[in-house]
Amino acid sequence: MIIELTAGAIKAILMILAGLSLSLFLLYFERKGSALIQDRIGSNRATLTGLGKRMGMPNLGIINTTIADPVKMFTKEDFIPAGADKFLHTLSPFLSLFPVLITFVVIPFGDTILISGHHIDLEAANLNAGALYLLATIGLGVYGAALAGWSSNNRWALLGGIRATAQMISYELAMGLAIVSVIMTFGTLNLQEIVRGQGGVWFGFLPRWAIFSQPLAFILLLVAGAAESKRIPFDLPESESELIQGFFIEYSGGKQAVFMLTDFAEQALVAMLLTTFFLGGWQIPWLMRDGFHLPGGAFLALPALAISLMGVAAFLIKVVALCMFLGMVRWTLPRFRYDQLMRLGWKGLVPLGLFNLLVTAFVVVATGRVQ
Amino acid sequence: MPPFLYIFLGALAIVSALGVILQRNPIHSLLALIGTLMIVAILFIGEDAVVVGFLQIIVYAGAIMVLFLFVIWLLNLQVETGPTGHLALKLFGSLASALLMTELFFFLAPVHLQVKFTHEPAGYGSLASLAGKLFGDYLIAFEVTSVLLLAAVVGSVALARRIPAADDPRAASKAAS
Repeated sequence: MIIELTAGAIKAILMILAGLSLSLFLLYFERKGSALIQDRIGSNRATLTGLGKRMGMPNLGIINTTIADPVKMFTKEDFIPAGADKFLHTLSPFLSLFPVLITFVVIPFGDTILISGHHIDLEAANLNAGALYLLATIGLGVYGAALAGWSSNNRWALLGGIRATAQMISYELAMGLAIVSVIMTFGTLNLQEIVRGQGGVWFGFLPRWAIFSQPLAFILLLVAGAAESKRIPFDLPESESELIQGFFIEYSGGKQAVFMLTDFAEQALVAMLLTTFFLGGWQIPWLMRDGFHLPGGAFLALPALAISLMGVAAFLIKVVALCMFLGMVRWTLPRFRYDQLMRLGWKGLVPLGLFNLLVTAFVVVATGRVQ
Repeated sequence: MPPFLYIFLGALAIVSALGVILQRNPIHSLLALIGTLMIVAILFIGEDAVVVGFLQIIVYAGAIMVLFLFVIWLLNLQVETGPTGHLALKLFGSLASALLMTELFFFLAPVHLQVKFTHEPAGYGSLASLAGKLFGDYLIAFEVTSVLLLAAVVGSVALARRIPAADDPRAASKAAS
């Protein structure tokens, strides 16, 4: 009992720390990666006592973005504008960060491992209704942006808040439809079971990942997830050119940092969701419980612990790769117009999602996987 | 769920619900309402009605309350600073609430009110059992409700749709394009 509880607490903290450090990586990628894409140098000033420079190494801006940026933000003045609702103005950044952080706990990041006779599931909270939990917490993310916009007593902020709310409500629908198609394919709401269902191969070589059986749902969740995390091309709530900074225009210092952290954590979360639902989570192609079964018939035996750890590594690699893909999308595409955004959401993604759901239902019934 | 936790959450729900009616700022009231709904959802989940609890969060706390927020913004409701309404209205209101309290008091008298902590079988509130009820025992009621909701959606869209006047230049340009 004690061991299970301790393991649960450690896993939950680990998962949240993983999300936070991934956010830090994304902050770095945002600065230097975007500079690379746009042929700039990017942040290259702060160094740790100039040590790297003296040794002739290029300044990669790691100190800038991972230490100097957050420290600078948290030591700035925390300003609350006149006429603002002080209580809600202070509450909203945390109201937007909290649902994202608690969503991380249902993401399975590895198979069950055996430690001194205890089977420990590498998922902080193995809920039977994991997918429902996920949809519930993502749905609560709206209030942070909405109330930040309203409580700032600023018209641009309010406009940004309204835009954020309408956008997130609209794309949540497409997101839910995509997730439901996957749930129907695997017949379970348990995320660990969904990942387990993606083990094995089709035709002897193709991994049973849901991206191959549900390609349309993958695209739906990718687009809806990008919209849900309010990133370019879906960053209308904060579009600098018209709303200056949108719903968090009146935030400074640490609270502004919390909003930025929410953005990056949401991006990490979307990558984790895509990995879990479509890219096989911690599954490695052709790796079974005893070792590699390569398509040619070759077999490579591996110890069980190594397989588990490789699974965790595979999960992280997939998540980081998807994060970088989402970042590249951000630095490539221009921003949508608001009517285009709404048309894409309601007339594009939702009908496609319904169609996908219908086809999935027919296939599931036709293959006789319903009790 | 242990009884003391149940009572604690129930008390929290009541305090939160009081916050809905006692606060002057409509947005604060709305937040208190969201809090109430969340606590009730946690109560559901604690009592093994997991799916109902999560659906409560998704539908009520996550979607319908956002609609409330939009309505409050749209009507531009301000903080109420003083007493509102006529004296007669208040008199009638207090009379009605006194009646309601009396009725509740008699209905919830100790004779009727018997709190029992029963143990339901495992999987009592799971998705499978809920689906069995919804698509088995109450299939027709479920389907009729869905038709009703569809009719409501179509009706509200039809009512909200603006029919452009024939001499409206904007409508003419739209028709031409």
